[in-house]
Parts: sequence; C-alpha cells; structure tokens
Amino acid sequence: MIKALKNLAELKIGQSAIIDSFTDKEMALKLLEMGCTPGEIVKLDRIAPLGDPIAISVAGYLLSLRKSEASTVLVSLIPAS
Amino acid sequence: MESNSSFVNFSDKPTLKVALVGNPNSGKSTLFNALTGLNQKTGNFPGVTVDKKSGFAKLNSTVTAEFIDLPGTYSLYPKSLDERVAFEVLCNSQNANHPDVTIIVADASNLKRNLFLVSQIIDLKIPVILALNMMDMVEKDGDVIDAIRLSEKLGVKVVGISARNKEGVEVLKQALLQPLSVPQYDFIDIKKIASEAIDKVKSVINVKSDFAAFQIINNLSDINYLHDKEMQIKITDAVNTLIIDTNKLQSLESVERYKVINRIVEECITHKSAIKTESFTQKLDGILTHRIWGYAIFLVVLFFIFQTIFFLAAFPMEWIESLFVFISEATANVLPAGELSNLLVNGIIAGLSGVVVFVPQIALLFTFIAILEDTGYMARVSFIMDKLMRKFGLNGRSVIPLISGVACAVPAIMSARTISSWKERMITIFVTPLMSCSARLPVYTLLISLIVPQDKNAGFFNYQGLILMAMYLIGFIAAIAAAWVMKWILKAKEKSYFIMELPVYRSPQWRTVGHTIYDKVKMFLFDAGKIIVAISIILWFLSAHAPGNKFEQIEKKYQDNTWRANMNQDEVDAKIASEKLEVSYAGMLGKSIEPAIKPLGFDWKIGISLITSFAAREVFVGTMATIYSAGSTDNTQTIREKMQAEKDPETGKQKYSIAVGFSLMIFYAFAMQCMSTLAVVYRETKSWKWPTVQFFFMGALAYVSSFIVYQLLK
Repeated sequence: MIKALKNLAELKIGQSAIIDSFTDKEMALKLLEMGCTPGEIVKLDRIAPLGDPIAISVAGYLLSLRKSEASTVLVSLIPAS
Repeated sequence: MESNSSFVNFSDKPTLKVALVGNPNSGKSTLFNALTGLNQKTGNFPGVTVDKKSGFAKLNSTVTAEFIDLPGTYSLYPKSLDERVAFEVLCNSQNANHPDVTIIVADASNLKRNLFLVSQIIDLKIPVILALNMMDMVEKDGDVIDAIRLSEKLGVKVVGISARNKEGVEVLKQALLQPLSVPQYDFIDIKKIASEAIDKVKSVINVKSDFAAFQIINNLSDINYLHDKEMQIKITDAVNTLIIDTNKLQSLESVERYKVINRIVEECITHKSAIKTESFTQKLDGILTHRIWGYAIFLVVLFFIFQTIFFLAAFPMEWIESLFVFISEATANVLPAGELSNLLVNGIIAGLSGVVVFVPQIALLFTFIAILEDTGYMARVSFIMDKLMRKFGLNGRSVIPLISGVACAVPAIMSARTISSWKERMITIFVTPLMSCSARLPVYTLLISLIVPQDKNAGFFNYQGLILMAMYLIGFIAAIAAAWVMKWILKAKEKSYFIMELPVYRSPQWRTVGHTIYDKVKMFLFDAGKIIVAISIILWFLSAHAPGNKFEQIEKKYQDNTWRANMNQDEVDAKIASEKLEVSYAGMLGKSIEPAIKPLGFDWKIGISLITSFAAREVFVGTMATIYSAGSTDNTQTIREKMQAEKDPETGKQKYSIAVGFSLMIFYAFAMQCMSTLAVVYRETKSWKWPTVQFFFMGALAYVSSFIVYQLLK
C-alpha cells in the first residue's frame, strides 16, 4: 500500500513513522549524524507545552527538535496496530 | 572484515598525550575527572576561544599521561567552533594537541548513535581505545553488550567502564600502556563515494587515510591547518575539475555508516525484551514538561536558586567581609602608617576582598547548575522555554542566567556557559547585567527614601515599595528589549539548531558537582580576580591621592584649634575625609565631568560617586557618606538628612528632587558600573571587544534615559 508522505512535524503524539527523505540538505546532515537515517522508525513522544519544539524517539533515545526543523523530514506513517 | 592491523606501542614514552573525545552526555567529563582528579588546568586551544581542559595522571612508575578533554561532538563535521576544535586536533598530526592515543567515550546505553563518531575516528587511522561508558545502565536495563565481538568488528580495543562509579577506569589506564592496534581496514569504503576526488587529494598531500582526504575535500574552506596557502591552492586546483556537492557526499557517508552500524549493533547487543515499557524518564517527563506542572516546578526551582544566592549567600559573604576587615585592621596596626600600609590596606586587601566576596554566590549557583545539568533537567528547561525565549534571540537556558542576574551578574554570566549556540550565549551575557542586581539595592533604597516620604501609600500599597518594584521591572524590560534588538544586529557565526538529545534522568553525582564548583571558583579567582584587583588599586589611587600637597594643606587647616573648639574628633575626621576626596584625583575627575552630567541633573558630588561606584555599585552610598562628611556609612539616617538638606546652588530648592532621584536611579539601573562584571565578561568571551561594547552601550543607554527622565520631571 502506498501512502502519501507527511512531514515529521505533522505527527500526532504516540504516532510512529518511517523516515523517507529530507527536504533541506544542510538540516539533513545534522539529523543524519543524530541517527535519523532513511528507513529508521521514529515516534512522536512529546510536544512542548507552547506547541514547539517536539521530542521524538529515534535510534533508542529521545531527541528534541524545533517544528521548523522537523518539517524538513518526510516520513511515511505506520498505521497503529 | 579481516583483522589486518598494525601495532603501536607507547609504553616507552615518558609522557603520553591522550585525547578524550565523545558525544555530549556520553560521560566524557566524568571520565576525565575520574582519570585526573583535581590535577587539571584550564587553558586555550590556540587561536580559538574554546576552553581547553587538560590534566595529568601517572600510568605507572615511569609513564605519565596528559589527558586533553576535547569538546563534545556528534560527528567530525566541523560545523560549530567546538566541533572544529575536535576535528582539527584529531585530523591534523601537526597540531600541538594532536594525541598519541585517543580515547573515544561512548554511551553504551545509546550505542547506535555514539558509534557514528566512533566510526569516523576509526577511519582517521589513529590509535584509539573505545571506552564503553555507562555499562551499569546497560546492565540495569537487562541488556547485554558483547564487548569482545564489538572489538573484533571495529578492529579497536574496547574497555567497558562506568565512569560514575569509577569502574574500569584503572583498566582503561593500563590499556594505554599496552600495544594498540591501528585498524588498517576502513569502517566504510569511502572511496565508493568520492574515489576520484580522494585520489586527487592524496596525490597532493600526504594523509593517513582515505577518510582524512575525504574530510579535506568537504571542509576545504574550514580547515585551518591548510593555512599554508600554497597547499590549499594546490588542493583546490586538484579537485576543482570535479563537480563536488559536499552536502551530498556527507549525506551518503552518513547513510553508509549507519548501515554498517545497524549491522554491528544487531550482532553485538542482546536486548532483554523487544517491547519497552514506559520508562522512568518518560513518566518524569510527563510531569516536568507538563503544561502546568512543568512551569510550576520550574518556577519553584528558580525561586530556590534565587533565594539561595540572594539571601543564603549573604551570610558567608558577611563572614568574608569581616575577615578582610580584620586582616586590614591587623595590617594597619602592624605596619607603620604611610603609603605602603595605605596601598596594602585600602588598595590590595580591599581589592582581594572584592574578589573573594563573590565566591559564595558562584559556589551556590553552580551547585544548582551542576545538579540541573547532571540530572538531565536542564535540557527539559530548554525544551519548555525555547519557544518563548527564541522570540527574543535567547535560549531556553538563558532563563537561569537572567534570574540569577537579579542577585549578581558575575555568577550569572558564568552560568551562560551551558548555552551551546554562540549567538544566544553572547546575547545572554550582553543583557544579563541589565537585570537589577543586589548591589543596586542599597542605591535604590537610599534614593527612594530621599524622594518619597515613607508613610505615603497608594491605596493598599506602600509607595516606596512600589517604586522599588518598578526599578526591578525596568531592568528586566531593558534586558529583554536589548536581547530583541541584538537578535537582529548580531550575525550568527554558525547556524543555530535546536536538535539536541534529551538525556535520561539520572541522580546527580556529588563528585561532578564538586568539580564544577571548584573549577568555576578557581577560574573566577585567578582569571577575573587579577583584573578586579588591578582596577581596585587604580580606584584606590585616584581617591587617596591628590596633586601637589593639597592633602597636607587640609590636615594643617584642621590642626588649628579654632576648629576643635566646636567639633569633636569624629566630626573633624569626617570633614577632613570629605575635603580630601574633593581635591583628590577622583574628585578632580568628578568635577571635570560635571558639565557632561549636568543635563542629567547630576553635580560633581554625584560625579565622584559615579566614578568610585565602578568598584561596586553600593560604594555609591559610602562615597556619598564621605562627601557629606556623615562619618560612618552604617548611619544611613545621617546621610539621608545631609543629602536632603542639600540645596541646588542655582534654584535654591532641594537638590535631591524627584527629577534628580529618578534620573540617578535610572542611571544606576542601566549603566555598566561594575568592574567585576566587565572582568568576567572578558573571561567568558576571551576578548576585550565584548566588555568594551557592553560598557559603552549600557553607558549610552543610561545617559540618554537619565537625560529624558530628568528633562521630563524637572
């Protein structure tokens, strides 16, 4: 089943997704070295009380990033089982 | 992968240079402390404003190791100043700090991401030992890491440690003495990504590995050690014929690395269970980043910090001051009265007292900061405050320096060190002195009592109290506004990211806390202290000396018995002190600036106080007491009465009118009249540029604001 891609900032709390690609080359480098590689599963863990930044689980740890940064990551949703 | 390694042995070298490198939060500093104890020194990496911590430890009876703590980094891409230092030291074998052996510290409970940096360093082909830290955490989670297998896969020596519990540290030290393998195979085949370019670089410059050549291609403009212009041009010419997209090359490299890392991690780690239950950290985050509880708890934390450095620190500060009063009295008694005794007592000892008096506040504030950092809470403060602070060009972590600034800007500015973005840290350092610190309080109290009758109430509230509160508010608003302006003016040296790890919560480690306090106090005493003592000697000289024999003339005048007839000894002494100050160099300066400060409603008497206040703002009260020959400064009643009685020579009205009072308070709120703050800004930014800009900016702000206030209220 082919699903339309979303960006990471659009996830809801508790939703998981697989990283597909990046829209910003420079940001991609920073995210790649932090373990956000294509194919990696991420889960939106938490959103800061003021709505930004967000915290995701990736590669076995908790990573926080701003929404503007997260929106450069394209993901495909994993449907809740 | 075949294990085709060459061996190096350093056991016959008398001093072994060992670099510590690792991700932030990998426990690198804890290991550094465990290795070196208090045998550390702080210096500079040449050419950059990054602190270099190094320390020594004996490995055996003949070999000593010098450990160098490199800045924490996630990769060898030199994007920030800190990362550039780590990159330079490791990649450039000509660098003065280039190590014989590199210990890579990796958080074993977070192995995947930590292996990224490990793999890059392995590909540099330098002798390394991998220290797998936090093995206690891995065990606690019930996971098992096959260190032998990991060592085979990586081709380097692996030592499992727990730096917090000092486990494995001795093993690590001994490992340095054994022959080390330098892996000859590449972790990833970097040639697959840029084979032509790598060959071209290698034909021009002699590098240890393909990856080192790859790094040169990608960071050509950033690499300082190619300052040899000729070489840089040669390399540029060599690769110029190729079309290179460095972003793309580095992306490809990262993806390749993680492919290999994923395979290795799968082979070397056995997880207890595939499904993770909600961890302690997640539960705690639910509270600490909650939209109500999160802020409520942070407010309580801030309140505690503030109370401690504002009120609790007052006791040891008083003891220190009494101790120095005792020392100076003893010195004055022992030494014959004269210039030397004067210099010692009023110049040097007073200056030292002015330095040491900050120690309690610094120690207490850094107790909190170290605990907040060590437990992982500081990252959450950043997380919940980021959106709000970002609007003003500040960082979530700026909140603590700003609030601490209400007690004292000196420890507050030192605490801005936890802000990793250069621009946000500079803005925080720049605006923190605008917060109303405790040294301004005696000035405000005296001036408010002069211009507002005590019994005057505005409804339910006491008028004096309201004005005092307004002064604090003005300082806060000025700080925020200045930050906002600077956000637009200041150019970022590097792109600011908020991509950061939220580390798991851990209980604080008292050894780390102790180390932090020791470090900060030492740094302040020796680096900022020198400047503060020097300036206090200058200030002392200015107020204790006068041209010619003016002081002798005053003393002679009061020896006349006609003065003694209707004044007691104390009153005569007070008169002499007052007249001496007036004719001193400080007095001359105060008088010479009178034309400049007249539009603000200030006379030469205030002028002198502005100059002497530079030692510390509260000196204003003491100087006023001397000028109005009020005798002891403890007697504020007398100072107030004498100042109240002062008439303006031109109008004949009360000198300290509402206009002058407010103008002066605004001046004290904004002006940078604190040599200790300037000295600490110099220490933290490592250049005189920032304190100078700060001094003139705040001075101009104070001047213009006071001018407006005085002209409006006059």
